[in-house]
Amino acid sequence: MFKRRFWAIILILIAVLIGYFVYSTNGVDSSKKFKLGLDLNGGVELIYKADTTGIAAADISGKMNSLKDLIEKRVNLFGVSEPIVQIEKVGIIGEEGYQQLIVDLPGQTDIDSAKAQVGKTYVLEFRFPKKELENSTSTLPVTANDFEATGLTGALLQKATLEFNQTTGEPNVALQFNKEGADLFAKITRENVGRPLAIFLDGNMMSMPVIREEISGGQASISGGFLGSEGLKEAKDLVSNLNLGALPIPIELISTQSVGASLGQEAVDASVRAGLWAFIVIAIFLVLWYRLPGFLAVISLSIYVAINLALFKLIPVTLTAAGIAGFILSLGMAVDANILIFERMKEEMARGRELGDAVKEGFARAWLSIRDSNTSSIITAIILYAFSSTPVVKGFALVFGLGVLVSMFTAITASRTLLLAIKHDHANKVLRFLFNSGANK
Amino acid sequence: MWIIKNRKIFYSLSIILILVSIVSLFTWGLELGIDFKGGSVIEIRYTEIKPEVDLIKKNLMAVDQSISLGNYTLQSIGETDYSIESRLVSDQERQQIENAFSNNGEFKTELKKVNSIGPLIGKEAAQKAFISVILVLLCIVLFIALVFRKVSKPVSSWKYGLMALVALAHDVIIPTGVFSILGHFKGYEVDTLFVTALLVILGFSIHDTIVVYDRIRENLHHSHKDNDKKTFETIVGESVHQTFIRSINTSLSTILALVVLYFIGPEATKHFSLALIIGIAVGTYSSIFIASALLVTIEKCQKRG
Repeated sequence: MFKRRFWAIILILIAVLIGYFVYSTNGVDSSKKFKLGLDLNGGVELIYKADTTGIAAADISGKMNSLKDLIEKRVNLFGVSEPIVQIEKVGIIGEEGYQQLIVDLPGQTDIDSAKAQVGKTYVLEFRFPKKELENSTSTLPVTANDFEATGLTGALLQKATLEFNQTTGEPNVALQFNKEGADLFAKITRENVGRPLAIFLDGNMMSMPVIREEISGGQASISGGFLGSEGLKEAKDLVSNLNLGALPIPIELISTQSVGASLGQEAVDASVRAGLWAFIVIAIFLVLWYRLPGFLAVISLSIYVAINLALFKLIPVTLTAAGIAGFILSLGMAVDANILIFERMKEEMARGRELGDAVKEGFARAWLSIRDSNTSSIITAIILYAFSSTPVVKGFALVFGLGVLVSMFTAITASRTLLLAIKHDHANKVLRFLFNSGANK
Repeated sequence: MWIIKNRKIFYSLSIILILVSIVSLFTWGLELGIDFKGGSVIEIRYTEIKPEVDLIKKNLMAVDQSISLGNYTLQSIGETDYSIESRLVSDQERQQIENAFSNNGEFKTELKKVNSIGPLIGKEAAQKAFISVILVLLCIVLFIALVFRKVSKPVSSWKYGLMALVALAHDVIIPTGVFSILGHFKGYEVDTLFVTALLVILGFSIHDTIVVYDRIRENLHHSHKDNDKKTFETIVGESVHQTFIRSINTSLSTILALVVLYFIGPEATKHFSLALIIGIAVGTYSSIFIASALLVTIEKCQKRG
C-alpha cells in the first residue's frame, strides 16, 4: 500500500513539474513557447507552382532544392521571424504531378510586398552598344534599346563579392563566372577588344568599361559610381542581390493566404477559452457521474493535458485553430479509457468482487478494448497526416494522433496508479458509495 | 436486450435519415468551399464605421460589371466585418474590390483575411480527400478482420468488418446530407476541414463499434466455455447492454467538449465542430443500435439460407 502511494505521489510531482515547465516557458523571449501557425499568428502564405518543363527528371530535385535555398535567403533578408519554406511534390492521379514551393511568412501582413520580394528576379546582363551608336559622339547609348545582348547573363554567375580599390579605397563588385560563363566571357572579350561592354542590372546600366584585352579567368568587376556611405550600401545590396540571382526554375503563384494579426489573436483567445471550458465541463461531468474515480480521472486528465502541452513545445508542433480543435476533441476521447475502466470495475463489483480486486480486474479487462479502439484512431490519424494536402489538416492530424497515444499512456499509468493508491476497504460504506456511480441497476 | 429485439425500428429510423440525406445530396448537392473549387475569399474589417450592406452591394455590382467576379457571394459578419467569395482574383482586381468596400476611401478598412486558391490545388485537395476516406475505410475493415480473426462462429470475422463498414457508411452519409441541407438553406460550405471531420467521425464511430464487438467476442468465449447454450442474439443483446453506458458517456464527454468549442471556440472551427457533433451523435447511435444488430440479422439469414 505504502509503495503504491509513494508512486502516486511521485507521479503527481512529475506532472506538476511538467505543468510548471509548460507554464514557465510562455515568456515572449522563451525559446520554448508555443509555435503558432499562420492562422493564429497572422501572416502570409504563398504557394508557387514550379515550372519544371524542359528540365531533365533527374535534375528536378536538385534544382528545386537550390530554388528553396534561394527563396529562403530572400525571405531571411526580409527580417520576418521564423519563415518557413518547403517543397512539396503534388501528384494528381491520371495527370502529371508537379512540384510546389510553400512560403510561410508569420507576422507579415502586406501580401503585395511579400509577393514582390519572394518572386523578385534580378536580371544581370552584359550588353554591347549597337554598332551605329558606338562611335557617335553626339548621342551616347543609354537605354537598353541602344544595346544588343551578348548571351552573358547573371544565370552564368558563380558568385559576386565586395572588394575595395587598393588606391582609392572605393568599393567595387567583383564577379566570378562559372565554367560556361568564363568561356563565353573569354570569347566575347577576345573578339571585341577596344569595344565598350555595358553591364545592366534589371534594365538599368550600371557601368560601361572598355575591353582592353581578352579576359580568360572568368572574372569581371563593376566599379565606379559607388561613392560615400550610400555607395557602399548600394554595392553591398548589389552583391547580395547578384548572389541571390535569377531563380533556377520559373515559379508561378497559385495560392495566397493572409491573416491579419488581430484575427489571429481573436482565434487564439477563443481557442484557449474553449479548451478551458471544455476541460471544466468534462471534469464536472466525470465527478458527478463517477464520484471518487471520476475525481481521479480528472487528475489523470490534467496530467494528460500537461504532457500534451509539453510535447507541443518540445517537438515542436505548430499549432493552428484546427490543431487546437483536435486537442479539445482528444480531451473528450482521452476520458474514454477511464470510462471503459470504471464501467468494467462497477460490473466486477456488482458480481460481488472485493473493491481492490474489482479495480485490478476492471483494468485488465478494459485494456483489450482500449488497445483495439485506439489503434483504429491512430490509423485514422496516420492516413490524415500522410494524405492531407493542407497544413491545416496536417496540424490537426498530428495533434489528434499525439493525443490518442498520450491518452493511452495516461490511462494505464496515471489512472491505474491513482486508483490503486486508494485504500480499498470493502466494508467501508462511504468508500463503496464513492466508487459507485450514476446508473446502478 | 430491447435494443436488439426492436432492431427493425432502429433500422427504419436510419434508413429514413439516409434516404433524406441522399435525396438532398442529389437535388441540392454540396456547396463546395474554395479549397475544393478554387477562388478567392476576402474578409474586410471596418476600423471605424461599417457601412450599410446596400451600398456595398451597389459598389460590388459595378465592379462585377467591369471585371466579372463570377458567381460571387457577399456575407456580413458581426458588427465590423464583411466577407466576399468570388472567382480567383488578381492583386489589381483585389484592389478594386477593396475600393468597393471602402467606398473609395470613405470608410476605413483593413484586410482581415485573404485566401486565394488556384483550381489546381482545389483539384488535388478534392482527390486527396476522396482517397483518404476510402483508405481509412479499407484499413479499418482489414484491422477489424485481423483483430477478430479468432472469432468465426457463428459469424465469421470479415463479416464483423463488413457490418462495421455499413455502420460507417451510415455515419458519413448522414452528416454529409445535413450539410447539403444546410448548404442549400444557409450557405454552409464543405471544405477540407469538413472532410477531416468525416474522417474523425469514422475513427470515433469505429472506436465505439470495436468496444461492443470486443465485448461480443469475450461473451462468446465465456458462453462457449460454460456451454450455456445461449443464442447468438442473446449474447449480442447482453454485450450491447453491458457497453451501453460506456458508449453514451464517452460520446457525451466528447460532445460536451465539442459543444463548448462550437459556442465559444474560434470562428474558423465552428462548422468543423458542428459536423463533428452531428457525426459523433450519429456514430454513437449506429454503434449501439445498428452495427451489432446487423450481426444478428446476418446470423439469422445464414441460418435460413
